[in-house]
Amino acid sequence: MKKLIYIFLFFSSFLHAHVIEVGANKPVKSIKKAISLAKIGDTVLVHKGVYREGNIVIDKRIVFLGKGYPVLDGQKKYEVLSIKADSVVVQGFKVIKSGYASLEDPCAIKVYNKSHVIIQNNILDDNFFGIYIQNGKNCLIKNNTIVAYGKEEQQIGNGIHCWKSENLQIIANTISGHRDGIYFEFVTNSVIWRNISTNNIRYGLHFMFSNDDAYITNIFKNNGAGVAVMFTKNVKMFNNYFEENWGDGAYGLFLKEITDSHIIGNKFSKNTSGIHMEGTNRIRVEKNVFEANGWAMKIQASCVDNEIVNNNFIGNTFDMGTNGSLVLNKFDTNYWDKYEGYDLDKNGVGDVPYHPLSLFAVLVENNPSAMLLFRSFMITLLDKSEKVLPSITPDNFIDNSPLMHSLPL
Amino acid sequence: MNRIIKIIFLDILKNKIILAYTLILAILSWSSFGLEDNSAKGLLTILNIILFTVPLVSILFATIYLYNSTEFIELLLSQPIKRKKIWLSLFLGLSLAMVLAFFIGAGIPLLINAPDSVGIMMLVIGCLITLVFVALAFLSSILTRDKAKGIGIAIMGWLYFALLFDGIILYLLFQFSDYPIEKAMIVVTAFSPIDLARIQILLHLDVSAMMGYTGAIFKDFFGTSLGLLLSFSLLCLWIIIPFFISLIKFKNKDL
Repeated sequence: MKKLIYIFLFFSSFLHAHVIEVGANKPVKSIKKAISLAKIGDTVLVHKGVYREGNIVIDKRIVFLGKGYPVLDGQKKYEVLSIKADSVVVQGFKVIKSGYASLEDPCAIKVYNKSHVIIQNNILDDNFFGIYIQNGKNCLIKNNTIVAYGKEEQQIGNGIHCWKSENLQIIANTISGHRDGIYFEFVTNSVIWRNISTNNIRYGLHFMFSNDDAYITNIFKNNGAGVAVMFTKNVKMFNNYFEENWGDGAYGLFLKEITDSHIIGNKFSKNTSGIHMEGTNRIRVEKNVFEANGWAMKIQASCVDNEIVNNNFIGNTFDMGTNGSLVLNKFDTNYWDKYEGYDLDKNGVGDVPYHPLSLFAVLVENNPSAMLLFRSFMITLLDKSEKVLPSITPDNFIDNSPLMHSLPL
Repeated sequence: MNRIIKIIFLDILKNKIILAYTLILAILSWSSFGLEDNSAKGLLTILNIILFTVPLVSILFATIYLYNSTEFIELLLSQPIKRKKIWLSLFLGLSLAMVLAFFIGAGIPLLINAPDSVGIMMLVIGCLITLVFVALAFLSSILTRDKAKGIGIAIMGWLYFALLFDGIILYLLFQFSDYPIEKAMIVVTAFSPIDLARIQILLHLDVSAMMGYTGAIFKDFFGTSLGLLLSFSLLCLWIIIPFFISLIKFKNKDL
């Protein structure tokens, strides 16, 4: 038994990881030097200070720790941190002023084709791209604060940019002022959870060709054009907030060519369009709240087999908008605050169907200037007669069992 | 002058119609605000009152009142009082009564249930619309001596502003939809006080939808403080000009 312990102790001396400290009063002054000294599994502990060392490359499996948020300055010339090894941990740094280039994408922190990288508790300020995962697997990006001050789309990169990756976890980051807050292209089996993406120039979340992902409990507020999810299958969008995305091309949630996905429990409030759907098939929109939007939903005629059930539509200027007369979607048991029917049998479901598409919504779709006449008495009259005898609006655009009372969502 | 205003004001208050008007406004506003826990429906009801009921009642009541008080006016004219003074005090007395009715009937529930920029905006605009249509009533009643004709003109005027004008705009919008007409449309709205009022309220009530592309143009114009000032001064012009024309006519009229 004793022998066994000695043998363990003997081998554990090989396992022992060193801590290499970097700082003004420490033996090692430079981060690059420390990394070159480090062996696999060592920890490089960087103390408080400002480090201007150009491009720092981490090419072996180490833990890269900052103490008291040491500043890594890219001086607007370099990519600051390049991670070219598996299982690297980057934690506790303040990374500022990465370079700007139009051919390459200099980042604050970039992961090159590696897996199991953890990037957490960092502050990123005024970078071109924030965190860039290129062809990464099983990476975790957590608790980072990413701020930039972009003015134009082409002058600034994305906050968290993920390309051709899988099994990523993007958790509890705060992103603002970038082009897109979070950008996903060819990223699969990943989760975006509890992030706050606000005041970005283009999209809060931009999502393309990324199947089997979920984004849950995020806040997307006041972004230039809201959130865009495009060309994707099997996306789950749960419990997110989409707020105050204003403008003609701005949507709370923009869906283009999406199939077999779920939109459940989200809240859309004060957007020009809550959800805009184009070429979208077999989506279930359930238990969402649409509140004070210009258009709660715009469902283009190219959408097929979507189910819109058990949602609350409250205080929207228009409940629905569409661009054609073809309706291949199902609306059922929603609460519409504009519903004027009655419920004689007192089962909580209105006895006459509700037409969520108003004549005026169709008029405005064809001729946006007509918005000038909204709420005019004349228009109200036209709307009422259209509701009784639909002629311009498609007569099968109806909710057959509208609820009398709002759902507790 | 103050005495004449006081006499007219008290005379109108004695008239039960204005009390009934106040009561109806109050019932409509309170019940619509009490319908749901959010104020959206109540605001919409009051918007419709401002755009529909207030103009109708103001113009009809004022016109009929003026025709009915022809003898009183003649009596006043026999006194050493300037004609301008008589006409102005008639206008002020009537306006005061109508504005007070609107304020008590719709204004108080507004201020209690929606004490924000929308509520205050609606209150101010409702009062202005009342004044505009009282002024138009003065114009229509001075145009002809025939009571039926005068009331007819008043009703036509109301129909034109409340319904026809928007119909014409809708027609124009679709006839010229291939042209960039947004700016021209802004100018056209100045020709109807009801539209001016409606757009100002709309910019506060439906801000999300009005932020769309063309909406943004309207918002850029009407939503700025300059646009706000301009549309308020246009509404004031809608009070001053009809009244001023009627005043000139009254001065020169052979009674």
